[in-house]
Amino acid sequence: MNRIRSLFEQKEKDILSFYCTAGYPRLEDTLPVLKALQAAGANMIEIGIPFSDPLADGPVIQESSAVALANGMNLAELFRQLKDVRKEIGIPLILMGYLNPLLQYGVSRFCRDAAACGIDGLIIPDLPLEEYRREWQHNTEAYGLDMIFLVTPFTSQERLREIDDCSTGFIYMVTAAGTTGGSIGSDPETHRYFSFIRDQQLKHPVMAGFGIRDKTGFEQVCAFAQGAIVGSGLIRVLQEYPAKGEPVIREFVQSFL
Amino acid sequence: MTYAIDKNGYYGYYGGAYIPEILRANIVALKQQFLALRDDQAFNAAFFGLLKDYVGRPSPLYYASRLSERYGAKIYLKREDLNHTGSHKINNTIGQVLLAQRMGKRHILAETGAGQHGVATATVAALMDMQCTVFMGETDMARQQPNVEKMRLLGATVVPVTSGSKTLKDAANEAIRYWIHHPVDAHYVIGSVIGPDPYPAMVAHFQSVISGEIRRQLMEQEGTPFPHAVIACVGGGSNAAGAFHHFLNDKEVQLIGVEAAGKGVDSGYTAATIATGSTGVIHGSKTLLMQDSDGQIREPYSISAGLDYPGIGPLHAYLHETGRATFMQVTDEEALQAVFLLMHLEGIIPAIESAHALAALEKLSFTHAGPVVLCLSGRGDKDMDTYIREAPAALKTHLP
Repeated sequence: MNRIRSLFEQKEKDILSFYCTAGYPRLEDTLPVLKALQAAGANMIEIGIPFSDPLADGPVIQESSAVALANGMNLAELFRQLKDVRKEIGIPLILMGYLNPLLQYGVSRFCRDAAACGIDGLIIPDLPLEEYRREWQHNTEAYGLDMIFLVTPFTSQERLREIDDCSTGFIYMVTAAGTTGGSIGSDPETHRYFSFIRDQQLKHPVMAGFGIRDKTGFEQVCAFAQGAIVGSGLIRVLQEYPAKGEPVIREFVQSFL
Repeated sequence: MTYAIDKNGYYGYYGGAYIPEILRANIVALKQQFLALRDDQAFNAAFFGLLKDYVGRPSPLYYASRLSERYGAKIYLKREDLNHTGSHKINNTIGQVLLAQRMGKRHILAETGAGQHGVATATVAALMDMQCTVFMGETDMARQQPNVEKMRLLGATVVPVTSGSKTLKDAANEAIRYWIHHPVDAHYVIGSVIGPDPYPAMVAHFQSVISGEIRRQLMEQEGTPFPHAVIACVGGGSNAAGAFHHFLNDKEVQLIGVEAAGKGVDSGYTAATIATGSTGVIHGSKTLLMQDSDGQIREPYSISAGLDYPGIGPLHAYLHETGRATFMQVTDEEALQAVFLLMHLEGIIPAIESAHALAALEKLSFTHAGPVVLCLSGRGDKDMDTYIREAPAALKTHLP
């Protein structure tokens, strides 16, 4: 059973997803953070694989990656932590990572180990479609992993179709030109872009991400997409997790409901 | 075998465009524009006109007699140090800013290590009335202070970069992030043969004026267009790409790239990518890079801010793999010795980057009578603090 597909079948709108960096704020926090997010009402979680040079990320996620790497996080450690994750987490889990660490681990080995932990999908922001088709697709299909691609305000209609054809799971709509941790515009151009994506009758559901920091932003994008992903906002809250524990996560998640 | 890039932007296995979707439209438009203009008469008239009258090209091919005597070879220096702004960097900058102008861009972005590319970009932006923002690591700002002041006086905004090792790699990261935020009005002028397609081929094209001139000048001075060897330093590899370009298919011409070994190839403080790197993806390109077993990019080290980069242009990775070019490594100390030797023998103060190429002369043995061309990519004004600090020891120990 594909958890991502069942999620979108059961809940057609207002899907609330979070991004957290693996091994942050402390190495062993990955699993407890996932559990707290699920318990508080998150519908899906994107787990970030830390990288030394995260080009698409703003300062908050950059900093969390640097801390996670200093904590000793790497792919072998992440898969060790996630070995029994499916005993406790039932919601869809996605791994987000930049290409280089995945290449060094090995494409096929990475897909195999991710699937073995019960990971449902992958986001690789610097993987070109052509290379996906050539070197990744047979692996993701063999291991039953969904592949989620990003679309942006500068993605042409033709390219959007191509991405929709290539994607499995859902399409990630980047809200604006920028790295993670910015804000969403309320200008007519942003509105036109969101409406354009909504009206394309894409084969896949759309999740909005980048710059969604509170309930107002969440509701704004949910008028056009099936749901949204909150990243930097959560990372900021996680800075307080070691001191204050699970309630900081619960309060933050519930502020969106 | 061809050493040209294929239609997808690959030199063999290396190259490509590994970029976030948000920059894809920019990269596609840039490639179309470059391919349309590279053979356009009006564009080339403007480009070569500025190279001649503004930069001062052709740069001399100078027969260095005392250096030649010392090494027992006929050594010519390609004097890119005599260009306006003091290095080869301006060749590419003029090409790209002209291109950006035709694309209707108003804002020019650049990363810089030694500050040479930053100064060249700030200069051309002033000339063409464009806004200019240069990203520079804090470590590099401290060691190349004169260039920081030059950029600011020329009207550019210099943004200090505080992430990572605060050097060239991190400056490129920040320039890319800024471009992600301003994809419509800004053009990112990458200073080396790195980055996603079409940058490596485009920068090599604009820099290829160097080897075009070498052929003509050697013909005049030696009666042959072919040197026995061409030697150039390699960080990302733009002056080497330019100096090699028109000789790639002339097998009898040896191509020698010189990397910065820092404190030594095996010291853990090095920027020698060919010697210590492996295949991966950095700044949008599949190439050789310095990384750990987890695929995290290693912090490079070199005394030379311009060579202090953990990757190398995909062309050079390919030239290394095919054996077409040979790559050597030179330490900080060896490069400094070469600086003082060139001052002493020829009365030329080279940039610390170019001094790496000069230091390779110590390691090569010349049995062939043919001319050897060394690309003197830049002048040493920006390095005066380092040279003054290092001079006594180096002079005492190493000069006759």
